[in-house]
Amino acid sequence: MLELYILLVFMIIGAIIAVEVKDLLSSVVTVGAVGLALSMAFLVLKAPDVAITQLVVEILCLIILIRATIKKDLPFAATGRWFLNTVITVGFIFVFLMVCAKCLKDLPAFGYPLMRVAGTYIKEGLMQTGATNLVAAVILDYRAYDTLGEATVLFTAVMAVLAVVRVKGRKDPNEEEAGDE
Amino acid sequence: MIYILCLAFFCVGIYCILRKRNVIKIIVGIIIAEYAVNLFFILIAYRMEGRSPIHSSDNQILNMVDTLPQALVLTSIVIGLATTALLVAIAMRIYEKYGTFDITEIRELRG
Repeated sequence: MLELYILLVFMIIGAIIAVEVKDLLSSVVTVGAVGLALSMAFLVLKAPDVAITQLVVEILCLIILIRATIKKDLPFAATGRWFLNTVITVGFIFVFLMVCAKCLKDLPAFGYPLMRVAGTYIKEGLMQTGATNLVAAVILDYRAYDTLGEATVLFTAVMAVLAVVRVKGRKDPNEEEAGDE
Repeated sequence: MIYILCLAFFCVGIYCILRKRNVIKIIVGIIIAEYAVNLFFILIAYRMEGRSPIHSSDNQILNMVDTLPQALVLTSIVIGLATTALLVAIAMRIYEKYGTFDITEIRELRG
């Protein structure tokens, strides 16, 4: 599992750079690099379908974010209660990590899942659905209502983006960002 | 141990959301936190010496990894793209109206 550790450390370093860099475009490009590393981590963890989806979504996300930040790079003010904000934020993260440390004791160890539900899917999926790819069997047969809800959410989001972006009485060709989905 | 690294990745995103004042930076923090949660679910699904859940005729390894979290994460990634597009659209409208991305300058509720 050495490659997984290397990828995770790379992702954490990339996330810190994306948070702390001053230039917005550099930040967005760094997030793109982190997403591609995440796709490789999914491949290492034996999840090829998720890796492919992550790759496509990452490219679309990068296009949308670059479209939003390409010519609006403004310096932002550094006045205000920075010390208090930092103390509150670090305190919250510390409490969160304490709770997580208590919760992680109850998880099964890494690499040995319980698989009460998925055992049935793996044993009988090929007979009941006829799909050799079991993730496709779960998505499109056992839990098809989840996929229907996902499509509904996508449709609603596209309608909301159109309603927000559309400006009445102005035909601007570069406002067609919602067509990316 | 690897769960701890994943949680640290999540905390970077949380720190970005809570601390930054630029709207685009906050969106970047939301994206990072979302990546961390997706990775955590796939880590839970992993099985030692397992193989990807696709039937093939020449399989030596019989143990497959857990399919259910993979299906859920597949749904979650696509929904994350939709929410990101919506956030970016709202941020662009805020920039058109106020001329800035600083959240302390945005004090009105009129659209």
